[in-house]
Amino acid sequence: MKGHAAKARQFLSDNERADWQDKALWAVRQKRDVAAGSVREWEQLREQASQIKENVLSNLDNYLLQFEQAAIQNGVQVCWAEDDRQFNETILRIIRDHQAQKIVKSKSMLTEECGLNHFLEKEGIEVVDTDLGERIIQFRNEPPSHIVLPAIHLKREEVGELFHEKLHTEKGNSDPTYLTAAARVHLREKFLEADIAITGVNFAVAESGTVVVCTNEGNADMGVHAAPVQIHCMGIEKIIPRTEDLGVFTRLLARSATGQAVTTYTSHYRKPKPGGQMYIVIVDNGRSEHLGLSAHRNSLKCIRCGACMNTCPVYRRSGGYSYGSVIPGPIGSILAPVKQMKDKQDLTFASSLCGSCSNVCPVKVDIHSQLYKWRQEISEKNLFPKAKSYSLSIVGKVLGSNGMYNFSGKAARWALKNMPRRLIYNKLNTWGWGRELPEVPEMSFKEWYKKNGNERKRQ
Amino acid sequence: MARKNIQIGLFIPCYIDQFYPQVGVATLELLQKLGLDVRYPMKQTCCGQPLANSGAEKKAIKTYQNFIRNFSEFDYVVSPSGSCVYHVREHYNILEQTEEVKKVRQNTYELCEFLVDILGIDDLKIRFPHKVGIHQSCHGLRGLKLGKSSELVAESYSKVHRLLEKADGIEIIRLDREDECCGFGGTFSIFEPDVSVKMGKMRVHDHETNGAEIITATDMSCLMHLEGIIRREKKALKVMHIAEILNSNSL
Repeated sequence: MKGHAAKARQFLSDNERADWQDKALWAVRQKRDVAAGSVREWEQLREQASQIKENVLSNLDNYLLQFEQAAIQNGVQVCWAEDDRQFNETILRIIRDHQAQKIVKSKSMLTEECGLNHFLEKEGIEVVDTDLGERIIQFRNEPPSHIVLPAIHLKREEVGELFHEKLHTEKGNSDPTYLTAAARVHLREKFLEADIAITGVNFAVAESGTVVVCTNEGNADMGVHAAPVQIHCMGIEKIIPRTEDLGVFTRLLARSATGQAVTTYTSHYRKPKPGGQMYIVIVDNGRSEHLGLSAHRNSLKCIRCGACMNTCPVYRRSGGYSYGSVIPGPIGSILAPVKQMKDKQDLTFASSLCGSCSNVCPVKVDIHSQLYKWRQEISEKNLFPKAKSYSLSIVGKVLGSNGMYNFSGKAARWALKNMPRRLIYNKLNTWGWGRELPEVPEMSFKEWYKKNGNERKRQ
Repeated sequence: MARKNIQIGLFIPCYIDQFYPQVGVATLELLQKLGLDVRYPMKQTCCGQPLANSGAEKKAIKTYQNFIRNFSEFDYVVSPSGSCVYHVREHYNILEQTEEVKKVRQNTYELCEFLVDILGIDDLKIRFPHKVGIHQSCHGLRGLKLGKSSELVAESYSKVHRLLEKADGIEIIRLDREDECCGFGGTFSIFEPDVSVKMGKMRVHDHETNGAEIITATDMSCLMHLEGIIRREKKALKVMHIAEILNSNSL
């Protein structure tokens, strides 16, 4: 066993932690249900959001140009980056132009995707993640395990120990208020020292050139207000056409993500502050190609709320790291194969196809159907391991023919009944690792019907 | 159309055929007691879902065609499996959509859905004095919309509950998580055994701690997985397909 299944096995070997993780995430799902339920027109809102994004994806080129033009008029410097390398270099160039040394950054999955922190650190630049969860995992030198709750895999005792080591808090103190206060003091210093503030972008309004950033900690604002230079990084799919569309998305985003009615801060950045400079970096990094995959372009609608992770019974029981992908969980499993169909094929099978993800998705990405489609494409491109393709061919022949089906069924039932238990429950029988096989009946239904069916009919 | 003139094709999914014939018998008996003309085409095999969910839907085409051949003559195809019915309706779109194919896809029904929507029945005059936990199988719930799933903001309904609620003496227990996946997921149970079993154990635990004696479902596949865990862990719970409960009547 390898890939997701192997990493999930490892995760589950600590049963207590696994249960705790499941409960923590399920509680977020429940909060989401309550928040969604408080909006009577919730389902229409989802549909509307999905349609707005549909329009955006169909007219993305025009909207991007409209956005750029509006932003330039606002006095913003707009840069374009084709891929992760160009993106990182663009950021570095801006940093060098301003002879900056210290950077504060609020949450941005795009910078994770492009490996910005690592790139800048190699260039000798200090980048401090200012979202509390992000700061915790940055101290631990770990990637986020969840896109909204990046340190959800850690218990507060572990954070207490970490802060004792890094921020010299009292040993053994893991009181959340105490630890948060310590983080706040630490981060305030970083905000005051920063030369440049980098943020991600939740929405980019085409008609006004505004970027909108949603946070709960106000850390994007702290950074942007204190530093003379602000840089906002966005993927090309972050566009929405009009300011009035924004209300649809802000109503959906926080409710889906954490069960809040709205994020504590919804910050609109339109133009540089007096004496300051504002940059927006627009990144493609494979998205145009993704847009060209008509069967899969729906996944570009994603607004990164993380609701599909919280509801996913597999994610909750295998943890974010089991996916080995920047964006874990159901949405990550349909994004990863866009670029790495062969290497990430295991992710498309890390799902029971229960469909809960598609039902919670605020922009109605048909996630479980996409997983199904990816499986077909991976198989048709012959990217499966040989043994898997071969056995599927055999199953295809058996199920396609009545005679072979009847024979195989009978043989299997005979074997299950007559073979010694240790042979049946061998190492390769993964069903038998934690479950009994069904008890073998006297005869199949078909055999029973052959004997009794006609008689029944006459009764 | 009078009930006796409706021609029903009985579709018994492969794993029910091989391992749970009593579920097929219960379905047949129940439909016959309702005065329907039911036949079981002998050359049927499987809906092809195990292949398709593994990514090999092209390799399943022969199986799909066999299904259509066996069932195209009937007014309705009825099956004690939400998942297989969902597969026929949703994923037979890769076949050429001939009149025959369209007819079969449209007229294939899960048992409870058929009873409620087509026959308009919700009281089968059953006596079933037990504490029952209903496992809402995902493909039936979210695929066939046999009920409102917990994620959606809409009026609550459940065809399965409607059929069971009127049973004399029954106590339907409340679950902490009313419609979480059991972790079977077809070949998922084989490729991701650890997650699959963990999910199943937690479902069993939910039913157990809330006092169920019997777990029932529209899908024997979920129950096969849950029963496998129950037997391995030597728990007192039993599983029963809903057809077996609905057939315990005295119409």
